[in-house]
Amino acid sequence: MSSFWPIFKRELRSYFVSPIAYVVMVMFLMIAGYFFYSSFAFFNFIGFQAMSNPMMARNLNVTEGVLRPLYGNLGVILLFIMPLLTMRLFAEEKKQGTIELLLTYPVRDLAAVLAKFSACLAVYTIMLALTALYPILLIIFAQPEVGPIVAGYVGLFLLGAAFIALGALASSLTENQIVAAAMSFGFLLIFWVIGWSSQFAASGMGRLLSHLSLLEHFDSFPKGVIDTKDIIFYLNFMVFCLFLTLRALESQRWRG
Amino acid sequence: MIEVEQLSKSYGPIKAIEDVSFVVEKGEILGFLGPNGAGKSTTMRILTCFMPPTSGTARIAGFDIFKDSLQVRRRIGYVPENAPLYTDMPVVSLLKFVAEIKGLSRHERLRQIGQVMADCGIKDVQHRYIGKLSKGYRQRVALAQALLGNPEVLILDEPTIGLDPRQIIDIRQLIKGLAGQKTIILSSHILPEVSMTCQRVIIINRGRVIAVDTPENLTTKLQTTSRLLIRVEGPAPEVVRALGAVSGVQTVKEEGISAAQVVTCVVESKKDRDVRKDVAAAVVRQHWGLLELRPVDLTLEEVFVRLVTEEKENAA
Repeated sequence: MSSFWPIFKRELRSYFVSPIAYVVMVMFLMIAGYFFYSSFAFFNFIGFQAMSNPMMARNLNVTEGVLRPLYGNLGVILLFIMPLLTMRLFAEEKKQGTIELLLTYPVRDLAAVLAKFSACLAVYTIMLALTALYPILLIIFAQPEVGPIVAGYVGLFLLGAAFIALGALASSLTENQIVAAAMSFGFLLIFWVIGWSSQFAASGMGRLLSHLSLLEHFDSFPKGVIDTKDIIFYLNFMVFCLFLTLRALESQRWRG
Repeated sequence: MIEVEQLSKSYGPIKAIEDVSFVVEKGEILGFLGPNGAGKSTTMRILTCFMPPTSGTARIAGFDIFKDSLQVRRRIGYVPENAPLYTDMPVVSLLKFVAEIKGLSRHERLRQIGQVMADCGIKDVQHRYIGKLSKGYRQRVALAQALLGNPEVLILDEPTIGLDPRQIIDIRQLIKGLAGQKTIILSSHILPEVSMTCQRVIIINRGRVIAVDTPENLTTKLQTTSRLLIRVEGPAPEVVRALGAVSGVQTVKEEGISAAQVVTCVVESKKDRDVRKDVAAAVVRQHWGLLELRPVDLTLEEVFVRLVTEEKENAA
């Protein structure tokens, strides 16, 4: 696994040498900032109304009113933005032919896949860390509970990691970055909304569908609930996608 | 050093190479010659463990390319066709990355990077981004990364393609300089290049090996007649007639007449029969001017064309 670090460093570097990382981060933070502002402003508006209605004031809660919608929205933004980070992982190397050199160095395929996945995860972690500004502002001006904030970030981290794993798989299947992005976006969307049909699907099927949904498992984190069932789901999802990525690379070797 | 046994590779129904076998001794430079699409790159990709063969085996330094792929890859330096490199890195960063991935120690890394940059003449572009380099420099960077880690075997897929004549000479010199210490397989479709740098040549066409020998042997083996080029100042029809009358001469072919009544002919005779003296005497007897007389060898080009057409006839 000694080849993990050089590849990880090279990948991370290439995100920041090109404008990709900066553009994606700026867009993400801009939209996140907008969502934070609007949910905060809305909470404010309700707050003023509550001054004349004490019954309403009892239900006012800054975690529920500002942070939960914010986290939910961040998850949706990731859905759009993550394919842009992951699309180049393998597709670019295949297009440029550099994969031929990479795979003829003394490197295990697994090390290459994990290094690329981790580099993208690192970019995402930096991006996510920058959004901490919003909860910090909230802590300065109000008294939100810290537990749900942390749990929300754990959830976002796992959700993002699962997105990256799926994106890596899509990228390993093609040498065209646009195709990789379209595929990962499509599959993410399907895994996102698959739970919606659980209400009218046959009973056993419905439970299966809602269990498969990436959204369903994210729901409890911003409430402050870290459920092992959800963590295991995300880890499973990641391992499965990365395993398929590895297989995809191998099968391309056989097919030439 | 390199043993290849009955290697075959098919892409679906298309057979890229079939039954390719050869051996390369330690320290030898082997030329891999063939037209585009003959299977040169496929063979090299199999040897570098980029893809497995459909059938057959190969061993490099005693290690099987399929079972001990990592061991094999530690011992080879590879320059793929068109030298694909990470364009978003400066030269020196790329070399650092490669040195690290090949597992060199920190101290060894710096020493070897300096060494290969000097050998390949890329010291003056070391801080430039690879994407901004010209084709020639890129090719040299590719060679430099292959040399890192001091591999025993070098596999070079068309290493001089896209270079200007001066750079081609430099690279050839560099490759020749490595002869003896490293075992090298070099592919090319440029024949003089192979005959200049390689001790042995494999000619491959449509996935099959059609000849393996030294460049000299290949030309003499296929040469069934010896040929002379002669330039004579005199009237064309008479010159041809007179030359044809010389004993031992089989055919006379007129190659061209220039303005000042100078005829150029190619005279063919039996392989072991030297007709030079008789031909010269015949010209002088007629009081024509003998301007040039020299033997013509088969070029590798002709050898190649002959082998390929011979093969077609056999198949038909």
